[in-house]
Amino acid sequence: MSAADGLIETPGLRAAQRPGVFPRALGAGGRRALLGLALPVGAALGWELAVRLGLAQGRLLPAPSTLLATLAELARSGDLALHVRATLARVAAGFALGVAAGTLLSVLAGASGLARTVLDPTLQGLRAIPSIAWVPLFILWLGIFETSKVALIAVGVAFPVYLGTLGAILSVDRRIIEVGRSFRLTRLQLARRILLPAVLPQYVVALRAGLGLGWMFVVAAEFMGASEGLGYLLLDGQQLGKPAQIMAAIVVFAVLGKLTDALLVAASAPFLRWEDTAQRAAEG
Amino acid sequence: MLRLDGLSRTYPTGTQALAHLTLDVGAGEIVAIVGGSGCGKSTLLRLVAGLDRPSGGRIELDGEAITAPHPGVGIVFQEPRLLAWLTVAQNIGFGIAHLPRAEREARIATALERIGLAGHGGRWPRELSGGQAQRVALARALVARPRVLLLDEPFSALDAFTRADLQEHLMALWEDSRPTLLLVTHDIDEALALADRIVVMRPHPGRIGTMLSVPTARPRPQPRPTGTPEAEALKRQILNVLRPARQQMALPAAAE
Repeated sequence: MSAADGLIETPGLRAAQRPGVFPRALGAGGRRALLGLALPVGAALGWELAVRLGLAQGRLLPAPSTLLATLAELARSGDLALHVRATLARVAAGFALGVAAGTLLSVLAGASGLARTVLDPTLQGLRAIPSIAWVPLFILWLGIFETSKVALIAVGVAFPVYLGTLGAILSVDRRIIEVGRSFRLTRLQLARRILLPAVLPQYVVALRAGLGLGWMFVVAAEFMGASEGLGYLLLDGQQLGKPAQIMAAIVVFAVLGKLTDALLVAASAPFLRWEDTAQRAAEG
Repeated sequence: MLRLDGLSRTYPTGTQALAHLTLDVGAGEIVAIVGGSGCGKSTLLRLVAGLDRPSGGRIELDGEAITAPHPGVGIVFQEPRLLAWLTVAQNIGFGIAHLPRAEREARIATALERIGLAGHGGRWPRELSGGQAQRVALARALVARPRVLLLDEPFSALDAFTRADLQEHLMALWEDSRPTLLLVTHDIDEALALADRIVVMRPHPGRIGTMLSVPTARPRPQPRPTGTPEAEALKRQILNVLRPARQQMALPAAAE
């Protein structure tokens, strides 16, 4: 128990982020999923009804049926797949780069006090810059095409990953490190057998925060001039006055964001079965 | 076998936790170290474990100087300190990863049986009670077959019933390979039940107040029964040595 003290996250946060990821008994789980769907589905039905009954115009906020029709049309013409693929590719590349950079820097800063003293103030200063502020510079440096977009996303992803991972490394319980020392583990063995597993739960949280920001920055990146991608779809919808297209893109963002996050959680779940959290106790 | 020679430890703050302590412990001997808080008994164990460096003096194990964690020395802490991401069996095998697989698994299986957790090797630490977790910690230290096992108030966080149970487990495990035991405790009854020799420490700076042999034979592999007239006499003797220290500690409290 005591060994895990530093690793447990606030149960509230967990509970809010986790529903639906772990298979549960169908009865309680199904009921919970239905309850979670009640609000959005109810609101959609209400709005649909309001538009059908003529209580609302539905021009700037189209009825759900119009939205679905727009989505179906985008899917049929192949545009949806094109835009989704473009955006996904950018997020994937930016996320991979950002995670690599954030992880590397946090491991450096976590492994050596000197590296931390040298690196951390600069990184914290860079982190304070609103990432959108990089846009003009990145366009000048890297051009208007993919490279600058991926770079912007990577910057957005790297900082939360750095911050979360370094925090996790520094908060590893001294007492379990002593267990490793008493068995004469080398520095590398200590890192692999104690630090890595101890840090993993918080690392996953850092990755999820990074992924969320990745999705945020892909829109900013696609606003700065793109001919394809969901961000382009948003901009195009605004310029041509097609609110249904804007909302369709927003819905796709919501679905993709949730799906990729769920994927990340599901991929990490086998490594975190040991966790002693309030959430786990409620499930057990 | 284990020689502590003029051992001192002064912390950077200037606190002298241990001053010129000399102690010889024989092979297979069980020595209990008792004393109030702040008398340097935990510092002493950390030095022998190689987790801390002494400011002065030497520690020798069979003639070999100890300056860092040594394969012949194992330690059990006050808390189990199990690794939450390893199963019970993996925790027990943590310190013997260098052994061949068959040997490792045989030792783990034997240890699981000895601590009454046979068939529970696949459980997670979070599923264990406090007493079970500390038994796993004992097994983890002992499967590495240390010549000296250090115990830092290992049962103090447990209730009286579980503590008695663990003392029995400890004696049974000790009987297997008979390592030298250095047991730090603030429970005089525990010291009387387990030890061959009791070192009573005094604080400010940490030093040996007195040393007592427990003459009563221990029914191996059992703890000695407490409450016998001999045990009570020894207990009074120990309390007498500890009393001045307690009065010293009571003074600042009274002034507040």
